[in-house]
Amino acid sequence: MEFGNSGFLNEDGIHLDMDRLKKGEVNLGTSIMAVTFKDGVILGADSRTTTGAYIANRVTDKLTQVHDTIWCCRSGSAADTQAVADIVKYQLELFHMMNGKPPTTQTAAAIFQEICYANKDMLSAGLIIAGWDERHGGQVYSIPLGGSLHKQPYAIGGSGSTYIYGYCDANWREGMEEEDAVNFVKGALREAIKWDGSSGGVIRMVVLTAKGADRHLYLPDTDYKVRHA
Amino acid sequence: MTSIGTGYDLANSIFSPDGRNFQVEYAVKAVENGGTSIGIRCKEGVVLAVEKIITSKLLKPNANKRIATVDRHLGIVYSGMIPDGRHFVDRARDEARAWRDTFKTPIATADLASRMGGYMQAYTLYQSVRPFGITAIIGGFDPSTDLPVDGEVGRGPSCGAGGKVPGKTFGGPGLYMIEPSGLYWGYYGAATGKGRQAAKAELEKLDLAGPGGESLTLEQAVKEAARIIYVAHDDNKDKDFELEMTWISGPDGPTKGLHQEVPRALREEAERLAKKALESDDEDEDGKMEE
Repeated sequence: MEFGNSGFLNEDGIHLDMDRLKKGEVNLGTSIMAVTFKDGVILGADSRTTTGAYIANRVTDKLTQVHDTIWCCRSGSAADTQAVADIVKYQLELFHMMNGKPPTTQTAAAIFQEICYANKDMLSAGLIIAGWDERHGGQVYSIPLGGSLHKQPYAIGGSGSTYIYGYCDANWREGMEEEDAVNFVKGALREAIKWDGSSGGVIRMVVLTAKGADRHLYLPDTDYKVRHA
Repeated sequence: MTSIGTGYDLANSIFSPDGRNFQVEYAVKAVENGGTSIGIRCKEGVVLAVEKIITSKLLKPNANKRIATVDRHLGIVYSGMIPDGRHFVDRARDEARAWRDTFKTPIATADLASRMGGYMQAYTLYQSVRPFGITAIIGGFDPSTDLPVDGEVGRGPSCGAGGKVPGKTFGGPGLYMIEPSGLYWGYYGAATGKGRQAAKAELEKLDLAGPGGESLTLEQAVKEAARIIYVAHDDNKDKDFELEMTWISGPDGPTKGLHQEVPRALREEAERLAKKALESDDEDEDGKMEE
């Protein structure tokens, strides 16, 4: 059976065109994750961007800031997820100005979901929203392809995530110290990069706490052991 | 008819040379003729009360509600032109719904006050409209508990979020009053309408801003509200009135965070006490006369 590249249900109403990307569209064949820990939340991602088999960018930043301490991990179409993140960033900035208080992670996740659901036929975006706010502390929300919203203690996403479900289930603990949480994210992403052909490059992280956003960078040259930034 | 005047009161969008908008000032006059409305904000929640003047013996008692629910946790009472108030409430409901749609969370009392203040102000700007003939009192209780995302799938993490700041509280009771000019402030106690002066004097005695506000329970606030409406009605004795009261407590209180009518038993008890308080006041005065 021929599948189009429309992203809609096939004529038979059963088969779905899973390959939603256009020919030559830049894809974030990705490993992304976000975890809550004692003082907040950590986002992590690999850095590989592909166009088919070609690595379009080997040092991509898939962790995108949408507010001071609200960030998202992007997977799927690079163009779609960038566009959605830009819209949400604008909305949250407006929210902050109009209401005189910063938006909560929940607010951000709700806006992301609205866009992802309303445009589900046109988008290929798998997002993880993670943030720290004074009211709720660290929170993680996952918005997979259909535009549903899931609040989770931690979330993994992208093609590489399939390889690390077991690792995460075995190693994740509630209320970890920051150092343990960083090592957990790093360990999981190392496995994802190792097994997933569409993931690779460096490991990037953002740690969000009451103190703000702190970026981490780990290079394969040093076996992801040394923090470079 | 009165004299033709200066002409500066003929339209909304015209200032008088000394910087006044007469149309807005006339709207305030409309409010000053309406039945007294009050709001009391105490630690445990908010009470709204209104003096409903009975304009006809054919009106069904306890029907014809005057205090409106805008969202689960928000209520509005107003004095002045009732149809204007109805429209104002309609708009407030739209605002509350729109907020829920975009942000998936209930609107905070302060945010609703801000939106409605903006709406009221817009009606002082244009030739084609007149200002609202009401002053509205908005009461609400913003919950301090974590709010689930509407449309959230599953229960989420059992642990709740990590890193919550200990000892820091959020939400709580809110009370705002919006005037025809669009001006709005947050209050501990608010009063408007015909008996506002007497009501304000009574509210100030409660010391809601000081230790009085800390110690007043929600049930006491209901009783004070009833008493104040009765006191405020005293100057308008020739007309019969009905007392309508609503309240909003926090999630742990009697209304579980919802804006609801005060239960009949409690309201009647409050009215009984109010009448008693008035009588003993009269007696005191009589006593002084005898001296």
